[in-house]
Amino acid sequence: MKSSRFDPVILTLGFAFLYIPIIILVIYSFNASRLVTVWGGFSLQWYSAMWSNEGLMDAAWVTARVAILSATIGTVLGTMAALSLVRYARFPGKTLFSGMIYAPLVMPEVITGLSLLLLFVALNVDRGFWTVTIAHTTFSMCYVAIVVQSRLLTFDRSLEEAAQDLGCPPVKTFFRITLPLIMPAVVAGWMLAFTLSLDDLVIASFTTGPGATTLPIKIYSQVRLGVTPEINAICTILIGLVTIGVIAASITSKRAELRRIRDEHVALRGAA
Amino acid sequence: MAETATNPNAGPARWLVVAVPYIWLLLFFAAPFLIILKISLSDTAIAMPPYTPVLEGLGALGDFVSQLDFENYTFLMEDPLYIDSYLSSLRMAFISTLLLLLIGYPMALAMARAPTGWRPTLVMMVILPFWTSFLIRVYAWIGILKPEGLLTVLLQAIGLLGPGEQVQIFRTDTAVFIGIVYSYLPFMVLPLYSALEKMDATLLEAANDLGCPPLKAFWRITFPLSLPGVIAGSMICFIPITGEFVIPDLLGGAETLMIGKTLWTEFFGNRDWPLASAVAVLLLLVLVIPIVIFQNQQQKVR
Repeated sequence: MKSSRFDPVILTLGFAFLYIPIIILVIYSFNASRLVTVWGGFSLQWYSAMWSNEGLMDAAWVTARVAILSATIGTVLGTMAALSLVRYARFPGKTLFSGMIYAPLVMPEVITGLSLLLLFVALNVDRGFWTVTIAHTTFSMCYVAIVVQSRLLTFDRSLEEAAQDLGCPPVKTFFRITLPLIMPAVVAGWMLAFTLSLDDLVIASFTTGPGATTLPIKIYSQVRLGVTPEINAICTILIGLVTIGVIAASITSKRAELRRIRDEHVALRGAA
Repeated sequence: MAETATNPNAGPARWLVVAVPYIWLLLFFAAPFLIILKISLSDTAIAMPPYTPVLEGLGALGDFVSQLDFENYTFLMEDPLYIDSYLSSLRMAFISTLLLLLIGYPMALAMARAPTGWRPTLVMMVILPFWTSFLIRVYAWIGILKPEGLLTVLLQAIGLLGPGEQVQIFRTDTAVFIGIVYSYLPFMVLPLYSALEKMDATLLEAANDLGCPPLKAFWRITFPLSLPGVIAGSMICFIPITGEFVIPDLLGGAETLMIGKTLWTEFFGNRDWPLASAVAVLLLLVLVIPIVIFQNQQQKVR
């Protein structure tokens, strides 16, 4: 499509809107003054205040464990779900199954959170670390399933077929051929699940119990009391970690892609 | 053996692959909805859990049917607070979705028209803020919109506001709209972009060669072809915005009525679980149509 001369203007304005609030937040985490509007010079005092805030650090630790565990279980389940959706032409209740994969993506969090809480109460389960992890696993697996599914749909089946023709058993074919080929999508799905878990306030608020306060719950209760530079500091660290993670992942996947193209090239030339 | 070629996981492992995620979703996604429906039909009790169980054991099925009571729903229908919350949520979600389309469409179009080498970077730039926490992004706006916040400072500095004046946006519906548009923009831009990027550029060239003016070509060719993206983006935004809690709670004021906030207050504030469940069931009923549209769209894309 031909571009218009307004396009750069639109993009500049759009990205300014997306980034300026975050940049301001980061800048003010280094503010020596407690007031958000007054610049009192550069200072790291809010980072040390945050570091010595035990409640905040405990919450960060709980959140990290929930996120790693739920993203990992969710990735395994989500990959299985994606395989079922793409590779299994028909099975009883497939429509219901795909409905249950797509619905959590748009379901308002208050509904998901409340309904899961009522399930845990009905099952008489003590709420805490594990109930939050189960809740996060449930929405994580749906996101992973969507990401992996789109990779499986554009997947060249000939390698799998070749392996099977040569007598490789199905499970081995999956781990030796399919999984390495869909790995970038699986990793992307894991990262998405991890950050979504790190973010979640509403579902965690419903499903958590004593001793399992996550970071968003902690941040939320402090934000309600007002803006403090300490929150800016912890937010800045989270933003930094996520940015580094996303950029590193995209560089790694680009490298892997390049290597794959080169390998294919070499293989083709070798064959010729 | 065509059968094994289409089913690489033949054997017992084959069924496990379907069964494990299926059972997980039935247990932790479908079953909770039945429970929420059940509890919405029970009475409030001062106890833990704060409701009287409707169903005690499977033998009580006869009692169950006779005991069902729609008291909570009648209450919801009679109290204007709830009806107003639903209507106001739908109105806010509708206006926000329109605003998102108005801002997101030009961005997606500009991205799709950008040089091919630039596009992955632009997509990455749209996704990056989405990776940072929702809560953090809403929090960032509090510091800007507060009466003594940065917007006031900026407007005073350029002389648009007098020294004593302050912007009165924080804790109003306007602040909620800003927060929603800001938070959901990536969800709108990405489906639009992927629809526009797939478009065949030769169609527009042909229209141009045949003398069709650019604006007309946009409405006759570009827009209709991007319709799947418009529907997907609108649904991905509209449905969760209707039940949004964090944004109206942190940026909205006392007069901002949204059903997610009402449900939250009913549950955490008044500890009325059956009523909160009834609010959730009705919200789900309101959203069934958009959810079905969304799912059909997703299945078509596949």
